[in-house]
Amino acid sequence: MNDRPIQIEFQLNGELRTLEVEPRARLLDVLRYEIDCPGTKEGCGEGECGACTVLLDGLPTNSCLVPAWQARGREVVTIESVTPEDVSRMLDAGTTQCGACTPGVVMTARWAEANPELLAQFDLRQLMAGNLCRCTGYDGIIDGIELPSGQEAD
Amino acid sequence: MRVHLASSLQDALAFKATEPDAWPIAGGTDAMVHWPGAHEMHERTWLDLSHLNELRTVEFRDDFVELGALATYWDVIRDARFTALPLLPQAAATVGAVQIQTRGTWAGNIANASPAADGVPALMAYDAEVVLGSRDGGERVVALADFYHGYKQLEARPEELITAVRVPLRAHDHQDFIKVGSRAAQAITKVGLAYAHSSEGWRIVANSMAPTVCRCAAVETLVAAGTAVAGPDDLADAIAEDLTPIDDIRSTGAYRLRVFGRVLYHALQPICDSFS
Ligand SMILES: Cc1cc2nc3c(=O)[nH]c(=O)nc-3n(C[C@H](O)[C@H](O)[C@H](O)COP(=O)(O)OP(=O)(O)OC[C@H]3O[C@@H](n4cnc5c(N)ncnc54)[C@H](O)[C@@H]3O)c2cc1C
Ligand code: FES
Ligand code: FES
Repeated sequence: MNDRPIQIEFQLNGELRTLEVEPRARLLDVLRYEIDCPGTKEGCGEGECGACTVLLDGLPTNSCLVPAWQARGREVVTIESVTPEDVSRMLDAGTTQCGACTPGVVMTARWAEANPELLAQFDLRQLMAGNLCRCTGYDGIIDGIELPSGQEAD
Repeated sequence: MRVHLASSLQDALAFKATEPDAWPIAGGTDAMVHWPGAHEMHERTWLDLSHLNELRTVEFRDDFVELGALATYWDVIRDARFTALPLLPQAAATVGAVQIQTRGTWAGNIANASPAADGVPALMAYDAEVVLGSRDGGERVVALADFYHGYKQLEARPEELITAVRVPLRAHDHQDFIKVGSRAAQAITKVGLAYAHSSEGWRIVANSMAPTVCRCAAVETLVAAGTAVAGPDDLADAIAEDLTPIDDIRSTGAYRLRVFGRVLYHALQPICDSFS
């Protein structure tokens, strides 16, 4: 229980991973530097910007606020699971400019697309409010999200 | 840094009994802020509660709701039964953004004891109780309104963990949660008000207005007594008796007092005959 590495196992994009993590490593650090999934970005490192968003057990989560040992036994889905076809609408809509926010934006957006029932309770801009973007002015992000037919983003 | 990954509530309570200085961690949304550079965090012993499914519960009983210590804001936002306690989903939806709501817990909000906490005032307006557990002391239930003795001073013993929060199910004819921040999303409260009226009377709670979230006894008395209030200034004396807001990076004490009076007046004027 001391300063020693901790062994954890978790599902990463559908594949079981077993590794040792330093007690102070964040999920973000492990993804980027231990298992070669650098698609997830670090912006603020304090939960404000959403650049580090991954899906943890299916829910959008800032991986900068998760100690890696809390991911044990969980399912983690990152931007590496996303194909160009998955985001073709975003590529057309101007969802990305510099790209720093984009991996996080895509993960939250894909969660919203996969759970259209949320739109009965929230508007899309509310669901996306935890993903800050300094470039696009957000319209390109909202336009890039595929809604079920009949639903219009505002 | 030392980490204990609790495997059951019993295991967590046993660990806290032997290591009362250990820091519990649930959603990590307070604990992990500034983590990489926060060296004092790395000196600590952490007690991870995040895998205790027995605490990830929301139970509606006959006359109260019990939120297990791992119940998150998102659990409440997505549970239609909370239309019976609308201040809870209302407050939850103002906490950070979705990524924070899916991780942050009500118990963590209580234990973190920020004066700006948004979950706490909603719970306090409903007379919530904090359930504390310990290995040797069993269960202890404390009213949330009595839980804070001063800035970050809790009515919890070092060997105790919060195991649940109980919220009475009462009929409320008036209630609201109002948060004044710098912007609509992802903003910390500068001035906050939660109020609820039931057969038990008025509960008027302020956050970011004193060293702790607190009920406003003088304001509650004035409203219950039906004292005539012709405008926000008529509330100023009672507010000054209850609240001592400070100047900090987000706002000034003077601004907070002025805005709180106006928010309170405009909230109650349409529903209280004594407010003209
Ligand atoms: C970007 C961002 C925005 C935020 N916005 C808001 C906001 O608008 N309003 C707001 O109120 N909060 C906000 N927060 C703060 C935070 O989300 C809440 O306070 C949250 O409820 C804390 O819960 P947690 O489970 O994440 O706590 P943790 O970080 O795990 O723990 C917080 C504290 O509580 C203690 N603790 C946790 N569980 C227990 C337990 N069962 N028994 C005893 N002690 C315990 C821990 O030791 C620690 O001291 C924000 C945070 C971030 C990062
Ligand atoms: S890097 Fe995690 S929220 Fe900004
Ligand atoms: S594209 Fe540059 S921050 Fe969003």
